[in-house]
Order: sequence, then C-alpha cells, then structure tokens
Amino acid sequence: MSAGHVVSVKLYAAIFGTLLVLTLATAGAAFIDLGGSLNAILALLIAGAKALLVILFFMHVLYSSRLTWVFIGAGFFWLLILLALTLADVLSRGWLQAAVG
Amino acid sequence: MNAVIAAPRRHYLNVNYGLKSWLLTTDHKRIAWLYLIGVTFFFFIGGFFATLIRLELLTPQGDLVQAETYNKLFTMHGVTMIFFFLIPSIPAVLGNFLIPIMIGARDLAFPRLNLASWYIYMLGGLFTLAAAAAGGVDTGWTFYTPYSSIYSNTHVALTVVGIFVTGFSSILTGLNFIVTVHTMRAPGMTWFRLPLFVWAHYATSIIFILGTPVIAITLTLVALERLFHLGIFNPELGGDPLLFQHLFWFYSHPAVYIMILPGMGVISELIACFSRKRVFGYSFVAFSSLGIAVLSFLVWGHHMFVSGQSVYASMIFSLLSMLVAIPSAIKVFNWTATLYKGSISFDAPMLYSLGFIGLFTIGGLTGVFLASLGVDVHVHDTYFVIAHFHYIMVGSAVMAYLGGIHFWWPKMTGRKYPEPLARLAAIIIFLGFNLTFFPQFVLGYLGMPRRYHVYPPEFQVLNVMSSAGASILAVGYLLPLIYLIWSLRYGAVAGMNPWKAKGLEWEIPSPPPTDNFETTPLVTQEAYAYGVADAQAVYPSGEPANV
Amino acid sequence: MSDSNLAHAHQFDDAAQQHEASWLGMWIFLGTEIMFFGGMFLGYTVYRGDYPAAFADASNRLDITLGTINTAVLILSSFTMALAVRSAQLGARRPLIACLGLTMALGAVFLGIKFTEYYQKFVEHLVPGGGFGLSGPLAGAEQIFFSFYFAMTGMHALHMIIGLGLLTALIVKARRGRFSVAYNTPVEVIGLYWHFVDIVWIFLFPLLYLVGRHLQ
Repeated sequence: MSAGHVVSVKLYAAIFGTLLVLTLATAGAAFIDLGGSLNAILALLIAGAKALLVILFFMHVLYSSRLTWVFIGAGFFWLLILLALTLADVLSRGWLQAAVG
Repeated sequence: MNAVIAAPRRHYLNVNYGLKSWLLTTDHKRIAWLYLIGVTFFFFIGGFFATLIRLELLTPQGDLVQAETYNKLFTMHGVTMIFFFLIPSIPAVLGNFLIPIMIGARDLAFPRLNLASWYIYMLGGLFTLAAAAAGGVDTGWTFYTPYSSIYSNTHVALTVVGIFVTGFSSILTGLNFIVTVHTMRAPGMTWFRLPLFVWAHYATSIIFILGTPVIAITLTLVALERLFHLGIFNPELGGDPLLFQHLFWFYSHPAVYIMILPGMGVISELIACFSRKRVFGYSFVAFSSLGIAVLSFLVWGHHMFVSGQSVYASMIFSLLSMLVAIPSAIKVFNWTATLYKGSISFDAPMLYSLGFIGLFTIGGLTGVFLASLGVDVHVHDTYFVIAHFHYIMVGSAVMAYLGGIHFWWPKMTGRKYPEPLARLAAIIIFLGFNLTFFPQFVLGYLGMPRRYHVYPPEFQVLNVMSSAGASILAVGYLLPLIYLIWSLRYGAVAGMNPWKAKGLEWEIPSPPPTDNFETTPLVTQEAYAYGVADAQAVYPSGEPANV
Repeated sequence: MSDSNLAHAHQFDDAAQQHEASWLGMWIFLGTEIMFFGGMFLGYTVYRGDYPAAFADASNRLDITLGTINTAVLILSSFTMALAVRSAQLGARRPLIACLGLTMALGAVFLGIKFTEYYQKFVEHLVPGGGFGLSGPLAGAEQIFFSFYFAMTGMHALHMIIGLGLLTALIVKARRGRFSVAYNTPVEVIGLYWHFVDIVWIFLFPLLYLVGRHLQ
C-alpha cells in the first residue's frame, strides 16, 4: 500500500507535461510512414510509456508495497496470456497446408 | 432458594430476529445461510431439468419433448448448475462462513460488499430463471456464435444478462477473500499455518478475479450483437466464430477449477480430521492449489481441438493440459498418504471424502485422455465428455460440498444431524452416481453424441441404466434436504467440538457469537496438530473463548 | 467508516489495516477491469491482424483532432485528480473540492466531445447494423472496426459516467468535512479508478485513431 506518501505539485506537473508531449508525439508520428508494422509498435510503446507514468506517479505505485506491484503485474500478465495463446492459434492457422489428393 | 435460570447464550442466529435482520445482515455467517438457501434452490431447479433429460433418454425416440425443447433443457440444466449452483456453492456458503473464523478474524474485510454479492447473485439467478420461464435458451450453456449471436430465436440476451450480473457476485467474493486473507490474519497465523481450506479458496479467488471479467465482456458482446447488431462475431462481415470460443473458454476452463478447488480444500480438512493426522505434504498441497489456479488459465484450447483451431496451437494446449493434471495428482497422493496409518473413522463426511478421492481420480484421468489430441477427435462432443465432467462436478465437487456441509453443520447450527441416515444417504449417492454416469463413458466411447434427444436403439440399455441411476441419485440428494432441516429442531445439541477436530473454528462455541472470538486468538502451532495434546490457540484472557 | 482520527470499521483492528484493505481491494478491482477491457483488446488485435487495410481505412474516418483533444483533456483530468488526492492527504478541504470539481468538469468535456463524435458517425452512416453505409470489399471488416469502436469507447464512456458519480459522492463528503490528514482513503482509491479509466483511453486512442494515418 502507499503509506500516505505526498508527491509535490512540481513533480505532478512535470509528469503531466511529459504526457502531453507524448500525446502530441504519437499523433504526429502517426502520419509518418515508418515501414512495416513499426508505426503500430511505436504507437504502442508510447502508449505503454504514458501508462507507466500514470501508474508510477499519479497512482503512487512507485511508492507502494511489493504486493501492489505483484497485483498489477499479475493483471497485465494475465492479459498477455489471453493475447499470446489466442494469437498462437490465429497466426498459425495457415501453416499446415493440407495435402489435396 | 431461587433457582438461577441462565439466559440462553447469545450467538449469531438468535442475536436478532426478523426478516430485516437477515436481509440486511452484514455478518458473514448469516450471509452464508442466505447463499445456502439460494444455491439449494437452484440445485433442485437444475436437477429438475436433468430429470426431464434423463426421462427423455429412456427411449431412443424423441417422444417426451421436441428437439427444440430438448435443446432448451440441456442448456438450462448447464446454465443453472454451473453458474448458480456449482460456482457459488462451496465458496459462498462454506467459504463465507469459515474463512474469517479460520484466520482468527471477526468478519471479512468488506461485509457490506459481501451482502451486496448475495443480492447480485440472487438478482442474476432470478433474472435467468425468468428468461427460462419465458421460453429459455437453446444454444447450450456454451453460447457458441454465430448461432447464439444471430440465428437463435430464443432469449439469449436475457439469459446472458442474468449470467453477467451473477458474475459480479463471484468477482466481489473473490476480492473480499483475497483482501481478507492478506490483511486480517490473527497474530501468529502465518501463511503456512493457514488451513488448506483457506489456501484453496485463495487460489479459487485468483481465478474469480482474473477469469470472470472475460466471460463478462464476452457475453456483453454477444448481447450487443443481438440487440444492436454489432458485427463482432458475424461471419458475413468477416467475423471469426473461434474468437468467441477463445474468449468463452478462457474463463470457462478456469471456471471448472473454480468448481473443484474449494472442494479439494474441504477434502483436506475432512481427511485430516477423520484420519486423526496432519495432512501429508502440507506445503505441496498449498502450492498445488496455486499451481492449479495458474495453470488452469493456460489450457482452454483443449475445448477447441476439432473446431478449426490451428493444429500447432492444439498441440501446445494439449501439452499444457497434461501439465495441469500434475498438481491435482499431487493432492490425491498427499491425501492418500494422510490416510496411510491414520486412525480412520467412517462418519458421513469421511464417506463423502473417500468417494471424492476415487471419483476425482477417474474424472481427472479421463480428462487426461481427452487432452490427447488423437483420443479427443474420437470422443469430442460425445457422452464420454459428459461422463468425464460429471465425475468431477457431481462425483467430486457435489460430494465435497455435502461432506463439508455435514462436517460443519454442528458448528453452523449447534445441532448434530442423524449420523446413520447421513451415512446411508452418502452410500446411496455414491451408488446412484456411478450407475448414472459410468455407463455414459461407455456410451461416449461407442459414439453416442451429446445434446441429442434421439439415439440408435443399441444404446438404450446403457441409457436406461443411466436414468435408473439418476433416480437413485435423486433419492440420495433428497435425504439430506429432509434430515438436515429436521435436525435444526430435533437434532442432538452439539458442543464446541463434536469431531475433536483441530482448527480455530472448533475453539469457539457452536453456533458462534456474532464477532466469532471474544478475544483475538494468538496462533502458536501448525495447522492439523492432531496428536499434540490440547494444542490450540492462546487467548489473551487465558481461557478459550467459551465452552 | 467515520471521520474520527483513529476510528475504523469493527472488523478491522486499526485504521492502518482498513486503509491497506481498501487500497488492495481497489487494485484487485482494477485487475478485473484490465481483464474486462482486455477481452475487447484481444478481439481488436485478432481482427486488425486479419484485415489491416480495412482497419486502416476505417480508422481514418475518425476525427483525429477531436481524439487528440480528448486525450489531452483526460490526461489533464488525471493531473487534477492527482492534485485532489494530494489536497486530501494534506487536509486541505477547499483545494480538494476545487480539484474534484475540475476533474468532473474535464470528464464532462470528454463525454461531450465523445457524444459529438458519436453523432457525427451516426450522420455519416457508420454505425454498425442495418444502416451501415459503406460498400465494397473492405466494408464488412470496416463494420467490424466500427463495432469495436463503439463497444470499446462506449464501455469506456460508461466507466467515465460511473466515475463522475463517484466524484460527486466524494465532493458531497468533502463538503461535509469527512476527509482529513488521518482519513482520506476514499479519495485515494477513487483516484486510482479515475487514473485507470485514463489509462484505458491512452491505449484506445492510438489503436482506434492512429491505425492508418501514415497511409493517407
């Protein structure tokens, strides 16, 4: 748990500014063709960075107990399980070419 | 001289009277009773649907009901039994009653949320029942798209709304349990002194939390598709029916572990008490509960081997499904080792436990058969699958539930049930169960498909055996309903610890006072300290709470 | 729960235990929300992989200006919510109420812009169902995209509306002086909820609005 740690207004403002910059960056970068799936990867990386800033600072997780980290990690990890094993099916469906008589 | 007449001892049942004191209670023990009434009601509703199914299957022709009606019967049987009986049963009744006491607390972390969970459960259940009365659903409890989302002409949206609502009851219960175990254990009650019943419910709660939301959104999307024509599962637009199945089984496979893990927790308690021995390999059993909870999320594709899933994904899921059998097997070995050289007594709870071990082994092993790709191609969607899961759900989970109800009945009510009648009922249930479901393994292997109300005449003998078994099973279930209610008034008064069992719940009066403990216990010994004379918790006032 | 310094609900031993329980409880609830929205993220991922061209085309029909503005609005509301929690921790009642009010106002702005976008899509016949107005080989998958658009942003909007209700309750309690340096847990945990709803949008924005801009 976060034991009542008080964060300064300045730090909050800095995080807010960073989030705004990242938002404009992701919107702008969307118009530049980076080739292949790099656009999508960059967009997700920026989104992940923004989410991390909100989690660590606005939600005080940086100052929280290890148990909190475990709970959060478990949530995201379970989502990863759902995505990974489903995509394991979807992406490999075309691999086995049936031999047609 | 005047005789001093002592006032009757106040406990959680007589501290308040009246409907309002029950419907607005926040006492976890009273809420457990509210759930008991609810799950019993839905159990017999589900049993009613099963009765009609087994009556229809007495003859090879479809002569009792039409095909469409039969589809509704097996759907409603599945929906009712799974969502409104099996999933809540042990956690919401025994878990709610016992977990605070077993950890030395006065209540769960969020008592009002606990009451809200019950109202949500009843609301969802009655809503779904209303949908059934209005004509029901014919999609199977699995709601596969696009039949459920587009083509079925039955009350799909209403039914899934009811299930969605009830899902929140699971989520809130799981949340309550996890927070309670983390934050409210009594002094000295370390994680590895917890009863295995608590470990089992903690593991179950992990599944509640991480799995239920996925079925919630899945059913929501089906409802949105039916009501607002969102096209997510529509093949005409390019939708993938397998997407639904992945989302559905991501929850529904772990759900079956929701249904069995608490039962395993009960069995650990019962086996220890009726062998007068600590559970062999305590930490193995504790960790295997967590292992089952985690691994249960990695195997769902074994329900989709013949659905069009890629063979590579199927191989992965098959391998992972073999792995999930391991922690379950560890438990069976440890229970058996607990029995070895124990001082065994055959009271009704023990009869249920012994039945559980045998039937769970059969059910679990047949699950491993189904996890093999080659075998599954042959028996998928046959009665082999039905027999497999009923050995777990009925032969194991329901028997664990009944064993637990009997074991803790004196604690919950202050009364003993009639032991000879209870043993008779347990034996009737065991025999009736096997006669009902063992023939179904044979039927499935011979090729009889599930969800069909007509079948080739050569299958009739086995079907008649199964239906006969079902009638015996029904008698077996009715007996406890009758004698347990009878015992509330006429049963022998039970003392604090009629089983001479170990555990904090046996150190407080039967029935317990509202706040469970007069003073918070200080725990100083391991769980299941059988054979250690007078081992119990220390109460700072020097005496156990009450006699 | 009460406003006295050391009081706590009867099932807890002390205020610290109650605070820890509330904090963990909210995080567990947010875990369920990750899985709840996660189901839709899975569906989106599968179909974007299956129909990249249709998703790009459909995404370009969304208004990127409004989407970007809304993202900034929501991030600002997270800032004001964090300030509200800080004010509660310091026992500063007036700033607390002001920050909660600002957060609510920004949330309302977000919803206003969202519903404007919905109305635009309705007028353009891009709402899935019988009236869907696109045709051609990509139309089926584009309708799937818009199904996800409405389902995901709609579910998000529902969570925002619930958040506004929770914030209203907080303001009412704050005005009655219920929160102090010693007791401000409800502000803290509802803050967690609000930030989570912001994080969902942080992912929704690129996935819905930015798929095919580089192909335009």
